[in-house]
Amino acid sequence: MSREAGNRHLLLISLVAALALAIVPLPAAVAPYRPDWVPLVLIFWALMAPERVGLLTAFAMGLALDTLSGALLGQHALAMITVVYLSVRFHLRIRVFPIWQLSMTVFLLLAIYEFVLFWIDGVAGRSVPIIERWAPVVSGALVWPLVLGYLASVRHDTQTRI
Amino acid sequence: MNAVGGNVKLMGRGNVPLGLRFLLISIVSALLMLLDHREEHLSRIRQVFSLVVYPIQVGVDLPFAGWRLVSRALTDQSALLEENSQLRSERLAVDVRLQRLAALEAENDRLRAMLDSSARVSDRVLGVEILAVDLDPYRQRFTINHGLNDGVYIGQALLDAEGVVGQIVSVGFMTSEVVLISDADHALPVAINRNGLRTIVVGTGDSSRLRLPYLTNNADIEPGDLLMSSGLGGIFPSGYPVGRVLEVHRRPGQSFAEVIAVPAAQLDRDREVLLVWTADDAAEVRGATSVAEAP
Repeated sequence: MSREAGNRHLLLISLVAALALAIVPLPAAVAPYRPDWVPLVLIFWALMAPERVGLLTAFAMGLALDTLSGALLGQHALAMITVVYLSVRFHLRIRVFPIWQLSMTVFLLLAIYEFVLFWIDGVAGRSVPIIERWAPVVSGALVWPLVLGYLASVRHDTQTRI
Repeated sequence: MNAVGGNVKLMGRGNVPLGLRFLLISIVSALLMLLDHREEHLSRIRQVFSLVVYPIQVGVDLPFAGWRLVSRALTDQSALLEENSQLRSERLAVDVRLQRLAALEAENDRLRAMLDSSARVSDRVLGVEILAVDLDPYRQRFTINHGLNDGVYIGQALLDAEGVVGQIVSVGFMTSEVVLISDADHALPVAINRNGLRTIVVGTGDSSRLRLPYLTNNADIEPGDLLMSSGLGGIFPSGYPVGRVLEVHRRPGQSFAEVIAVPAAQLDRDREVLLVWTADDAAEVRGATSVAEAP
């Protein structure tokens, strides 16, 4: 029971930390390479604990990110639920992948995430440089093993494989 | 247990299939975006949301604010004395210029009175601090620590010691979002100080560059010209410096010249900025505050 509670705290803390990391000021030179922390953490939970993190959590986190970043309300939310839907839908298949294949999958999911954001920006007529849009996908896939390793190590129930 | 959990999950809570739930929430998001695209509809909801995420913004800003506090506390006396003497000499210089300004202002008022035009009322300003949070890196925006509780409104202008900074685009209870004049989607009506030529300054997305795309090749503009806000857009008060022209390329064969300017305000280095209430807004706000202070 206390393990359950511990995991719930970890879930909450990791989500808040992801939101904070998403707005921590960075030097202008590296700011475009900031990984998409929120989808990364959500993908982790959707793969490892799909019974706890679902579409509603993703929707709420997306709205929080929209509010924080001043984007169109629902923009990050739509991108987020798309990614989490795919993760939950295929979590049994994805989570037995070896680590490099898992990273490739995350790369793909983040690319979908950025594409949805990019697409909505285009429809809404907001001008955004195209090249820089894809930098977070690469950096996100690169930091994924760290997110995975860290969250999995502090998670209490290690009933799952990783 | 895990596999069972997975299967149960695929059916979703309350026996709604996952795919259907995904579809429903997508439709909700799309509706939200449609409504939000026309800004006014969702401003209430946005305000509530901004209150929810306020602790995160403050939490992120806290270490930076703490660091400023510590570095201020640890400044040694000699540095303080040096800064003090420097400020003293600066104030003297400013005071001398202010003496002339007072005379000029009085003269201006007299002349305006003779011309029977309305006297210019001085603007009310409020110093605000920028929260150390990054928004979308592709847009030139930041968050300030004042909102509805201080009577901030959408479209309000921000200045710093050197010139025009930007305007408010959305207001929450405790915070507001500012778009800088260097944002690629921002345009600002200006007049050239030397000859009064009116034009529009457009942001580039780079906080050290502005563009003047609507000047013809034979327009009277030179590098070094000072651009002042003209007040024509109805948002920015007139007569504040916006930038200085850096280079003018007149290209034969093109009908418009390529003019680049440097913003006067320190857009990327500011910590404190000034919110401006122009004359008639100020009256409104003064009414509001006197009501608030009454009980």
